Amino acid sequence: MGAVLKIENLSKSFLLHQQAGARIPLFEGLSAEVAAGEAVAVTGPSGRGKSSLLKLVYGTYRANSGAIRVLSGSAWTDVVTALPRDVIALRRDVIGYVTQFLRVIPRVPAEMVVAEPMIDRGAAPEAALARARMLLDRLNIPKRLWHLSPMTFSGGEQQRVNIARGFAAHFPILLLDEPTASLDTENRNRVLELIAEARGAGSAILAVFHDETERHRACARSIRLD
Amino acid sequence: MSALLSAEKVSKFYGARAGCRDVSFELWPGEVLAIVGESGSGKTTMLRCLSGHLPASSGKVRYTTRDGRGVALDEMSEAERRMLMRTDWGFVHQDARDGLRMGVSAGANVGERMMAVGERHYGRIRATASDWLKRVEIPEDRIDDSPWSYSGGMRQRLQIARNLVTAPRLVFMDEPTGGLDVSVQARLLDLIRGLVKRLDLAAIVVTHDLAVARLLSSRMMVMQQGQVIEQGLTDQILEDPQAPYTQLLVSSVLQV
Repeated sequence: MGAVLKIENLSKSFLLHQQAGARIPLFEGLSAEVAAGEAVAVTGPSGRGKSSLLKLVYGTYRANSGAIRVLSGSAWTDVVTALPRDVIALRRDVIGYVTQFLRVIPRVPAEMVVAEPMIDRGAAPEAALARARMLLDRLNIPKRLWHLSPMTFSGGEQQRVNIARGFAAHFPILLLDEPTASLDTENRNRVLELIAEARGAGSAILAVFHDETERHRACARSIRLD
Repeated sequence: MSALLSAEKVSKFYGARAGCRDVSFELWPGEVLAIVGESGSGKTTMLRCLSGHLPASSGKVRYTTRDGRGVALDEMSEAERRMLMRTDWGFVHQDARDGLRMGVSAGANVGERMMAVGERHYGRIRATASDWLKRVEIPEDRIDDSPWSYSGGMRQRLQIARNLVTAPRLVFMDEPTGGLDVSVQARLLDLIRGLVKRLDLAAIVVTHDLAVARLLSSRMMVMQQGQVIEQGLTDQILEDPQAPYTQLLVSSVLQV
């Protein structure tokens, strides 16, 4: 299948004005492609910008130069130069991003946190909630917690709610930042199953995995940053 | 489709001093834009120019009406502008006393906005007012009480109900959670976020609180000394700030 994500000649460094104008270079002239249905791992030593690369693709970090082309329907959009509202539309329909960290909004129940990405795309609330509950169940979140805000959940539970949210809607491009970190074996396997399913459904996946065995289970090849 | 509101090089001068200078941006339907910056940076002046409360010294503010017409604020008659403010726009003041009529009951505060757009049926007005009080979590049995008897948080929620009852398309908010207890703030923020999402409102929120901006907005504009020094997606500004002042602002937030 063809590429749906093309990173071309990407450069990123941080300029810290508050710290005497120190410049922290991350990478220069980075190019890579990911095809639909393919999972690619980002590897390299700590601090070389693995997570940053995902944030650049998601539009959270701004590139110094280069392009990040994303296939949206039949048109290509460059995340680096796209207008904010185009990036917002890409995040709703095209690019999903899963981290270990849940940004909890007070008073919104866990099942709603998970159903929201589907409802945002126009899914019927009942159907969205049904899928949300199925995912929460697969990730071993006890049923009695579904109606509660994840505010009071344990770290591991919050992480799994966030993963359920990340896999709730189908994204043609999926960015995974250490999705299995600090989970037990059972839940780790569940997450690896979800990744395989997303791949099967045609998602192009760009992932950071700390654990080498998991990386090999989930991804066929890798991009090394160093 | 066109932008709901657009500002082109909007400036406001007080004598030689600029309240805000050369501000340009577009706001699209359903977008929430946060304007952040320290006090005196021109946020509120900007908001008042955009919402037609203050005439700009130069530049243009354009708005697209429900029937798709583009209008320039400074070319509208006073009557047209007032009509727009009553129907399409809402304005939530930092001090609820500026946005409410303190002399009439809570129910009348909501009902008055409905009457301003032509509703005359008392039963319907009362039913809608009571429905809106419920939506902003004010107990129904407080409908006939004066806002003077309300707490700060309740007054702010009442002000929001008064603004949203006429289903506006754009709401301006000036420090909507300023001066409230943290616990009251969280409830109000969650309520505003939910309403904005459900009603597909566009909003411009002035705040000095980055956490408020993060929770409510998808886009952000950073002001300093009357000028916009950086704008972009909210997560971009907070996680990869470019301008020296924005970096200082973001790094000055205390972690809890």
